[in-house]
Amino acid sequence: MDILVLEPILFAGLAAVAAVSGLLVIVQRHAVYAALFLIITMGSVAGLYVLLEAHFVWAVQVLVYAGAIMVLFLFVIMLLNLPREDVPWAPRDIRRIVLAASLSVVLLIELALVIGLRTAPAKEPALSVGFGTTEMVGRLLFTKFLFPFEITSIILLVAIVGAMVLAQKHFR
Amino acid sequence: MTVPLSAYLLLSAYLFVLGVIGVATRRNALIIFMSIELMLNAVNLTFVAFSRFLQSMDGQIFVFFVMAVATAEVAVGLAIILAIYRNRETVDVAELNLLKW
Repeated sequence: MDILVLEPILFAGLAAVAAVSGLLVIVQRHAVYAALFLIITMGSVAGLYVLLEAHFVWAVQVLVYAGAIMVLFLFVIMLLNLPREDVPWAPRDIRRIVLAASLSVVLLIELALVIGLRTAPAKEPALSVGFGTTEMVGRLLFTKFLFPFEITSIILLVAIVGAMVLAQKHFR
Repeated sequence: MTVPLSAYLLLSAYLFVLGVIGVATRRNALIIFMSIELMLNAVNLTFVAFSRFLQSMDGQIFVFFVMAVATAEVAVGLAIILAIYRNRETVDVAELNLLKW
């Protein structure tokens, strides 16, 4: 079957999985289940990256997000060994929750309206050869975006040192 | 390219709002943190979708930077949560009221 025929089906499936598991992330009582559903959400978003011809971003999403970051989350959950919450949302702050949820729904409606008002770019844009490949990303990173790329390394260094200092035993 | 741009944008708006709800309503610091990751993912999806439809690779480079910053943020943030747990024996943000006046 042609990929053009499959694309809407793949999009619908991946979007549905991302939507449902994203919702399940925020209603779980136990952080471990939330983390596992977050991995599923990130996996389906990675699938959408493939549909959008972003192959390098797909690889980084799977390796860094679904791999490294979520392993870090699971390690911390394991270290803390938190008890299961009785209810995900305490009944006594139900008014605050209703307020927050309704404001969020208003935000969603606003975003949907803004998206609906904009006309989409002309359909079927022809892509240049090598769009989204590691080679093209690397070329851009080391030419046009060289300075931000170097700044990123400093951010990562600061994060490493900061995490080491904060997580050591006698930090008070 | 048969899926319109607005479909991708709507999905990422939905994921972003889920993250907002999680941050605003949950009290477990770890789940609040995961909701922030959900929002970052939604924004990344927007970047990649625009990058595809505008035929410009710049959006994908931005995703790369967002991911680098997110990694740094998770490392430091989880270390802070660990330090808080050592001192207070809880990660419930409602009980962390030292800065509340």
